[in-house]
Amino acid sequence: MTPENLLITAMVLPLLACIACVLLPKQDNLRDGLTLVAAIALFVTVLAILDAYNAGQVVELNLWSFQPGIELAFSIEPLGLVFALVASSLWILTHIYGVGYMRGNKEIKHARFFACFAFAIFATMGIAFSANLLTLFLFYEFLTVSTYPLVAHKETPEAKAGARVYLGILMSTSIVFLLTAIIWTFVLTGQMDFTAGGILAGKIDDGMLAILLALFAFGIGKAALMPFHRWLPAAMVAPTPVSALLHAVAVVKAGVFSMLKIGVYIFGIDNLAATGASTWLMWLAAFSILAASIIAMQQDNLKRRLAYSTVSQLSYITLGVALASSMGAIGGGMHIVTHAFGKITLFMCAGAIYVATHKTEISQMRGLGRAMPFTFIAFGIGALSIIGLPPLGGSWSKWLLMVGAADANQQIMIGVLMLSSMLNVAYLLPIFARGFFLAQQDDDGAGWRERLSEAPLLCVLPPCITALSCLVLFFYAGEIQAFLAPIVSGGS
Amino acid sequence: MNMQFDVEFLLGHMNYWLFVVLMMTGLYIVVARGNLLKKIVGLNIFQAAVFMLYISMGKISGGTAPIATGNPDEIYSNPLPHVLILTAIVVGIATTSLGLALIVRINESYGTIEEDEILELDRIKSDEEIEKLKTEASNSK
Amino acid sequence: MMSSVLSHSPILVVLLPLLAGPLCMLFGNRTIAYFVSILASLCSFLLSVYLLSLVSDGTVLSYHLGGWAPPLGIEYRVDAANALVLVIVSVISILTLPYARKSIEGEIAEKHHTLFYACFMMCFTGLMGVTITGDAFNVFVFLEVSSLSTYVLVALGAEKDRRALSAAYDYLILGTIGATFFVIGLGLIYMATGTLNMVDLAERITSLENNRTVRSGFAFIVVGMGVKVAIFPLHRWLPGAYTYAPSAISAFLAATATKVAIYVVMRFIFLVFSTKFGFEKDTLTFIFFPLAIVAMFAASFTAVYQVNLKRLLAFSSVAQIGYMLLGISLFTVTGLSAAMVHLFNHALTKGALFFAIGAIIYRIGSPMLPNMAGLGRKMPWTSAAIVIGGLSLIGVPGTVGFVSKWVLLKAALEQNYWLVSLAIVLSSLISIVYVWKIIEQLYLQPAKSDDAITEAPLSLLIPTWILILGSVWFGVNAEFTVQVSTTAAESLFHGKFLEPATIMGLEGRP
Repeated sequence: MTPENLLITAMVLPLLACIACVLLPKQDNLRDGLTLVAAIALFVTVLAILDAYNAGQVVELNLWSFQPGIELAFSIEPLGLVFALVASSLWILTHIYGVGYMRGNKEIKHARFFACFAFAIFATMGIAFSANLLTLFLFYEFLTVSTYPLVAHKETPEAKAGARVYLGILMSTSIVFLLTAIIWTFVLTGQMDFTAGGILAGKIDDGMLAILLALFAFGIGKAALMPFHRWLPAAMVAPTPVSALLHAVAVVKAGVFSMLKIGVYIFGIDNLAATGASTWLMWLAAFSILAASIIAMQQDNLKRRLAYSTVSQLSYITLGVALASSMGAIGGGMHIVTHAFGKITLFMCAGAIYVATHKTEISQMRGLGRAMPFTFIAFGIGALSIIGLPPLGGSWSKWLLMVGAADANQQIMIGVLMLSSMLNVAYLLPIFARGFFLAQQDDDGAGWRERLSEAPLLCVLPPCITALSCLVLFFYAGEIQAFLAPIVSGGS
Repeated sequence: MNMQFDVEFLLGHMNYWLFVVLMMTGLYIVVARGNLLKKIVGLNIFQAAVFMLYISMGKISGGTAPIATGNPDEIYSNPLPHVLILTAIVVGIATTSLGLALIVRINESYGTIEEDEILELDRIKSDEEIEKLKTEASNSK
Repeated sequence: MMSSVLSHSPILVVLLPLLAGPLCMLFGNRTIAYFVSILASLCSFLLSVYLLSLVSDGTVLSYHLGGWAPPLGIEYRVDAANALVLVIVSVISILTLPYARKSIEGEIAEKHHTLFYACFMMCFTGLMGVTITGDAFNVFVFLEVSSLSTYVLVALGAEKDRRALSAAYDYLILGTIGATFFVIGLGLIYMATGTLNMVDLAERITSLENNRTVRSGFAFIVVGMGVKVAIFPLHRWLPGAYTYAPSAISAFLAATATKVAIYVVMRFIFLVFSTKFGFEKDTLTFIFFPLAIVAMFAASFTAVYQVNLKRLLAFSSVAQIGYMLLGISLFTVTGLSAAMVHLFNHALTKGALFFAIGAIIYRIGSPMLPNMAGLGRKMPWTSAAIVIGGLSLIGVPGTVGFVSKWVLLKAALEQNYWLVSLAIVLSSLISIVYVWKIIEQLYLQPAKSDDAITEAPLSLLIPTWILILGSVWFGVNAEFTVQVSTTAAESLFHGKFLEPATIMGLEGRP
């Protein structure tokens, strides 16, 4: 297959899965099986694209013309490819996990759930491969709209209220800020293609550049930069597979990925460094990192704690852009990968605990680790990776970000990152410790070993695999870094 | 501006003054009267005012009716506004008859042609609709 | 033979439906009437497309009625702008007719069906005529042809709800006042210039900027047409008329009538009166501009609180008209093309939405939002259409609504109007609220107990989905619409419409 066809295949496969889910509302096994096949095929396709890219082929695809000069276009570049790889590989695992979760938990309306899920993956692929701002925006909005039914899935009043906040914030910020920013960029430069080195250099004075950056930074609500982070905890009413894939990987990563892409290919790292337009963003990201960590410590609901942890971790990536140094950007790109694997492990474990025990509050999880050892060990590994301890993947991205901060002469940021690691330790490890070292008892004082066991296999296996991946990532970090290096080198 | 009372100007534009008075009378009736029939009457006066504006502007002093006599020096009124207004009169009649027909239908179904009463009936109806929805909603709960 | 018929297409697009109307009455059989109307609309549509294909490169066509040369004879003029409007109107007409055939079954007594088709054809004639004519008084005549038949069509909804009668009466009073104002305006500029041919008028008016007659003529024309457009404070007739008219008519009116009126306003502002006039620019900046913004917010807010879905959409129409006016009042080519493109896009979206609502009303018999709880499951296709149409109202990318918003924002940002672009995006946030109210009601509410409700019949679904697919297609592949509307805007803005035109059909009667 030519690379162009591969690209089309990567877009079409999730769409086909979506259609299959709509057409097969009753045949559960057939539907879930087909979707799994689609997920695996998608991963293989993305691998094939990677192969083609490594062979030096330039992959570009113009579908339609939106307006003279603006096409609906896709192209392959390292950042997008990494994002697509992460999303597609994790889709396989999440799908397996999701089947186990939905069945184990007796959730309703499986067909709608998996259809919207597949559509969200389609939108994610579109974001990953988009070649210009317009295409990015198109799929960005697709992702918002298609995940709304997933968040509202339980159809309870809380779910509906959460979904309203979700949609309200994401759509408002994207229409008010992002769209304005995109059109402004277009009016300024007459183009909107992602170009190595950026397109804005010299087109606009420094003060306005900072304002434009603000429009982009707040417009990409999915990056959950404070003060527009409220949707992420609100979205935790969704079933856990949704929280896992969408709110640890696809949706939030689409946000920070867009942020990286815009920082690198629209503004240009050198341009940001030269004008200092991103300094304020750096401080805001630092504030987000610390504030969200502190809020996370106060949350008793496990998923909400993870959500605030995500808010904090996303700002690492924003910080990577805002540092305006090449290492920072690469570290941000790397953090997309490592955080994805780490956080999805945590979410899947949270879901497994919920399926097995129906417990959602951390204070209820005393001694649970001995009843469900695999889940809790996986949780521990994920947590350590997020904290950034070797030999886990998370340590590298954090390291690169610190190097980036040093390159940019922002020593305070190194301090922020280290402080944040401490906070991570403070809010993640107690959960793990509580699981293993506290006495097992329920509120009524009864022991519960006899009543509980691990969640179904389909719910336990995927987090174990992702936890292992965290370990593996540590040893392949160098390759990812080398792969990402070209994104900042082409600043001619 | 010349503050002197300019009789010449006033008289010279007599047709316009009449037009304005007539037009405002008509418009006032349409707005102020609650009876649907009287509104139609007002509308007719309003339109008639416009017809007169057009007709008077075709007049040329000393001109006769615009009939071709073969004499090139004949002074005659401009026929175009007259023809135009013929069309407008037809339109006006159509509007009037349609309005009257609507009034008949309104009288049949509402039993009144007073605007206030119709609005009141409509308001009651929509209140009832919303009330019905509310009771249905509370029943289903 | 063919080419000689085609050379008369400017008059035929108007003449065919004009003949079809009385024919429907004469046959007196609703099936025959239906096919006569369909045939007439189809021919008009094909001819309009033909005209659009001739003018899309920027040429202007002139057709002299009966071969009498303007300015004495009546002239029909076609440029990219009005050819586009012609196509919109005729497309919507073709789609409305099959839809109406089914939907009026429950709304209008059977004996009135032929009357319905006849009135529909007259309304269609009027709208086409207003759009294509190059003679100012002709505009008035066609305007009244379409308005009078619209009053009848709205009143036909009385079978279901007697409030249609009072709505039609209100519309009649306001519409007639508007039309009469328009005639007064015409009379005044005729007095000042002595001509009614638009090209001729434009030529003679250029030197009359400080002429008070011309100025007051302008005021009367703008206010008069403003009623038909439903410019914000003059929109009182619109919600009632759209709410109580038969569903098919609501869709047809929402998609065409106000659009045609806006086009007429554009034509008078940009062509007949010179864009160089100071008073005109002031009118746009100090009257249209604030009114447009007020409309965008006030009408959207009102829409949020509506329980009747048709009324909700009607108020949303008033808000959307605000967007078009905003585009006009920006007073640039991009602004104007934003108005043109939104005219097309909104016709697709609103038409589709009213069709879909009509299909729901056909099944459940009520336009009230709470009665539609849980219909997403029972009428999946109709509900999906509403979702896509709603997303287009919000302006989600991939739909035509996004294209409009894109061009409009671009126009505002080109002028560095920051607050304006902020207003545009903020007001579209309000539309998220009312669209989501509908979507939550359709999908996330438990359905009412009676299970008899099934998917709407195909004859209602197909027209709905043609429009929906159109609004997706032109949302993704917007090159065509953007290009045509830019040509149209240039034609309006730079007065290309007035330049010497290619003459079609008969020429130079001795």
